[in-house]
Amino acid sequence: MSVVSARQSEGDTLLGIEDVERIFGGGRKLFGGHKPAVHAVQGLTLNVRRGETLGVVGESGCGKSTLARLVVGLDLPTAGTITFDGEDLAGLAKRNRNALARKVQYVFQDPVASLNPRKTIRTILEAPLKHLSDLDARGREKRLQELLEAVNLAPEFLERYPHEFSGGQAQRIGIARALAAGPELIVLDEPVSALDVSVQAQVLNLLDALKEQYGLTYIFISHDLSVVESVSDRVAVMYFGRMAELGPAKEIFRHPLHPYTDLLMRSAPAPGRHDLVSEDAAAELPDPYNPPPGCAFAARCVRKTDLCHSVRPAPDEAQGEGGNHFAACHHPLPRA
Amino acid sequence: MTDTAHTTEVKPRRTSARPGTLALLLNNSLATGGLFVLVAICLIALAAPLLPLANPDVTAPANRLLPVFSDGHLMGTDHLGRDLLSRLIWGTRVSLAVGLSATFIAAFFGSLLGLVAGYAGGRVDTVIMRGIDMVMAFPYILLALAIVAVLGPGLLNALYAIALVNIPFFARNIRGITLGLSRREFVDAARLSGKSPAQILFIEILPNVLPVIVITMSTTVGWMILETAGLSFLGLGAQPPQADLGSMLGEGRKILFTAPHVSVIPGLMIFALVMSINLFGDGVRDVLDPRLRAGSLTRPVARTAVERGDAPVPPPSGKGVLDVRDMRTEFEIGGSVYKAVGGVDLNLAEGECLGIVGESGSGKSVTAMSIMGLVPTPPGRIAGGAAYLDGEDLFAVSDRHIRKLRGGAVAYVFQDPLSTLHPLFTVGDQLKEAIGTHQPLSSAEVKKRAIELLSLVRIPSPKERLAAYPHELSGGMRQRVCIAMALANDAKVLIADEPTTALDVTVQSQILTLMNGLRRDRNAAILFITHDFGVVSAICDRVAVMYAGRIVETGRTDEVLASPQHPYTAKLIECVPVLGEPERRLDAIEGRPPVVNNLPDGCAFADRCPRARPECRSGDIALVMSSEERGVRCLYPLNTEGTA
Ligand SMILES: Nc1ncnc2c1ncn2[C@@H]1O[C@H](COP(=O)(O)OP(=O)(O)OP(=O)(O)O)[C@@H](O)[C@H]1O
Ligand code: SF4
Ligand code: SF4
Ligand SMILES: [Mg+2]
Repeated sequence: MSVVSARQSEGDTLLGIEDVERIFGGGRKLFGGHKPAVHAVQGLTLNVRRGETLGVVGESGCGKSTLARLVVGLDLPTAGTITFDGEDLAGLAKRNRNALARKVQYVFQDPVASLNPRKTIRTILEAPLKHLSDLDARGREKRLQELLEAVNLAPEFLERYPHEFSGGQAQRIGIARALAAGPELIVLDEPVSALDVSVQAQVLNLLDALKEQYGLTYIFISHDLSVVESVSDRVAVMYFGRMAELGPAKEIFRHPLHPYTDLLMRSAPAPGRHDLVSEDAAAELPDPYNPPPGCAFAARCVRKTDLCHSVRPAPDEAQGEGGNHFAACHHPLPRA
Repeated sequence: MTDTAHTTEVKPRRTSARPGTLALLLNNSLATGGLFVLVAICLIALAAPLLPLANPDVTAPANRLLPVFSDGHLMGTDHLGRDLLSRLIWGTRVSLAVGLSATFIAAFFGSLLGLVAGYAGGRVDTVIMRGIDMVMAFPYILLALAIVAVLGPGLLNALYAIALVNIPFFARNIRGITLGLSRREFVDAARLSGKSPAQILFIEILPNVLPVIVITMSTTVGWMILETAGLSFLGLGAQPPQADLGSMLGEGRKILFTAPHVSVIPGLMIFALVMSINLFGDGVRDVLDPRLRAGSLTRPVARTAVERGDAPVPPPSGKGVLDVRDMRTEFEIGGSVYKAVGGVDLNLAEGECLGIVGESGSGKSVTAMSIMGLVPTPPGRIAGGAAYLDGEDLFAVSDRHIRKLRGGAVAYVFQDPLSTLHPLFTVGDQLKEAIGTHQPLSSAEVKKRAIELLSLVRIPSPKERLAAYPHELSGGMRQRVCIAMALANDAKVLIADEPTTALDVTVQSQILTLMNGLRRDRNAAILFITHDFGVVSAICDRVAVMYAGRIVETGRTDEVLASPQHPYTAKLIECVPVLGEPERRLDAIEGRPPVVNNLPDGCAFADRCPRARPECRSGDIALVMSSEERGVRCLYPLNTEGTA
């Protein structure tokens, strides 16, 4: 067990992600040689505690959604292990996908695309009850009503088709579907990004209430720092498939260690704010087919030294106060 | 817990809003004609055993080759003296049956293969599709001939051959669709709902593929009938004495000159049958294809129709380069009128940035598109008001002039750079074209200008980037190229519709900084559309808040944000989570905006407004300007001295 996971595991670990890697491509070509490979997620170690909300932030392409799909078993890691309650998740996904689906569920980014346009809401919500629970027809009907009640939707919605709903309503249906199986962990992949701010606030409040009511654990993925800050207990910042910084939400946003976290925070627009920083236009993302040997952020980093170009910082290279705040950086920001 | 309204309001079900499938089909007169002929032919063919027809196979050498309209033989007889009318009807019956069965067999197996290949992907897909490719490598009539040659001639074997050679067509079509569908989120969702692969394929995906299967069938059945006739014509299909359209044609061929009616009559029948099926099939395709359906089968014209009626055109206010006065834009869909923009006033001075904020569907984009006539007609039209560019009414100028202004004096930047850039041309080509169409420059000068523009938007190594294709650039780079194109001809007004919404925050801040610098340096006016108050703060001098197609509040950005006067603006700002204030309670706005085809009387926000009083629900509430720049459309505004 690495230092990071050992230090994190105080508290009751529900999901353990240990040195996980997911490579796309890279198979052998028909005539010798290797196809180019992309490391979507690499060397990721992370524990999710029971009952917490872990926020995951990062820019597009940093591996957030890959991580989400690995956790729900829609995809399998190419190396490393993921355990749920101590049980190997990949093994479970292969052996008994439904057993996994009873424990971990997923809420999709695009609420309308995640509902089959040709099925009524009843059919959509009944599917998990039919396949994942052993309720009889009457029990299912009762549970359907409960679910709609829980996500604040009127019962007459059941006979409607997805295109008849607004984004916010469709996302409530998506949440109800995830709840139907009675999971312990829900992965929310950008659940409010497609919604208007007023609706976003409704859905965030709903998620908060449901967590309380059902004792859920959330992994909340978003590119929006302010949303993540408002919902998370702990936050993981990802960059280029790796963990850049991990720590309690308050700590991370008050005293960021990693220059990338700092950049993200200072780029985020907010009402009444005029001082957005903007990095140089020349700052390029690293080439995923040819990752740099040292720190992946070095090309954009204002604090880089030669060390950064040659040696990759360990995930816990820098440590903040309290022993639960880590950053993969040789020259972390000083505490302001 | 701060939860929201029990969201009970339901979209009203409108049955008449969208024309039904059948109504649409009958609207298409060619398809209706086809359907009519087809139904007539089918009814006659079906009724063959009931009709008082001679036995089609009984020969009567004495009566051979009787001409049309002979006694007892309405269509004459063939070289063996058989009644042609009777053979025609029985033959049509056979041809139809064979053609339809072949279509169903091909559709069934082809779709099955396509579904499995598309859903399973990987090796299964490769194996199936290579097999299909092999079948397709032969010219299909040769392949059909070969199959019949192996199986031996006969109607049933011809049917198998025709079905077999058409399987690849279905398989390919359906595989493509399935492939796209199985990457969709709802398929993942079904997987997580515990459905097995077979259940996902046949319960989730198949219903979405079915329209495509029907379309493919309706467009191929005519061909299959023709192919069956072809095989019979060659003597490989129906065997004597059985009649089928192809074999009748084949028999008549030898005596084409002495007794033309023997071959002409089945020929005409084949023609009528195939034509009617194809016309009808095309109609079915047009109706089922959602893209064709939404556009009502009409291509939008290049400029929005202007139907301002008799009302006087409002005069220019004399302020700013761009001066929009009481602009109204409507969409007419299925009998109801959506007032997407219901009377908007804007003005934009040189070097100024005006933000338009509002929720989805509030009419921000339609406002932006209306100015240069980019709203598709049908269904859209400009129903009133005016937009003045330097005093010239843009809704009244000629098409030629508006084309010159588009991309010239007024340029657009859209949310998705990929939809603006053509994927098959290099960035350089597109940029050069943008310059060349508006300025008479030599090609060397154009190239120099293109490089200048790319460095202006701070793209590193601009000279090399000219040769790059859009997909080779990152999202932020592509958006910069779009901005460069917009700046190509010294635009006076830049209309940017959510230009940074699809970008990451770090890239967004770069683009915002870039645009901010550009307007300072070049004195261009920017109309900046966004739904994000943070972005407004970062770039806009003034802001206009839109709700249900109208501006409800306007003023200097800082003033509006610090002391919003319209209850909607206030609520909207309260919903925005702010970095560094995680404890802040997010106050959601209950309910939803009204649909713009059915706006309430009075204030459109009244149903959601905590301050609403009975007076709010009647009459038209005007945008009251308290100063040159500040205005609010509310009877009981907040944060104003004296009232509230
Ligand atoms: N081509 C069209 N045909 C029919 N109706 C349309 C069309 N384009 C827009 N509308 C309607 O006009 C109204 C305003 O839409 P608009 O696109 O301007 O909203 P918006 O404020 O830009 O929203 P968003 O934030 O989602 O971009 C909506 O009711 C929309 O359904
Ligand atoms: S390791 Fe070096 S380059 Fe990487 S973030 Fe830290 S200071 Fe910057
Ligand atoms: S006019 Fe009345 S209902 Fe409308 S926003 Fe003002 S107070 Fe609310
Ligand atoms: Mg829009």
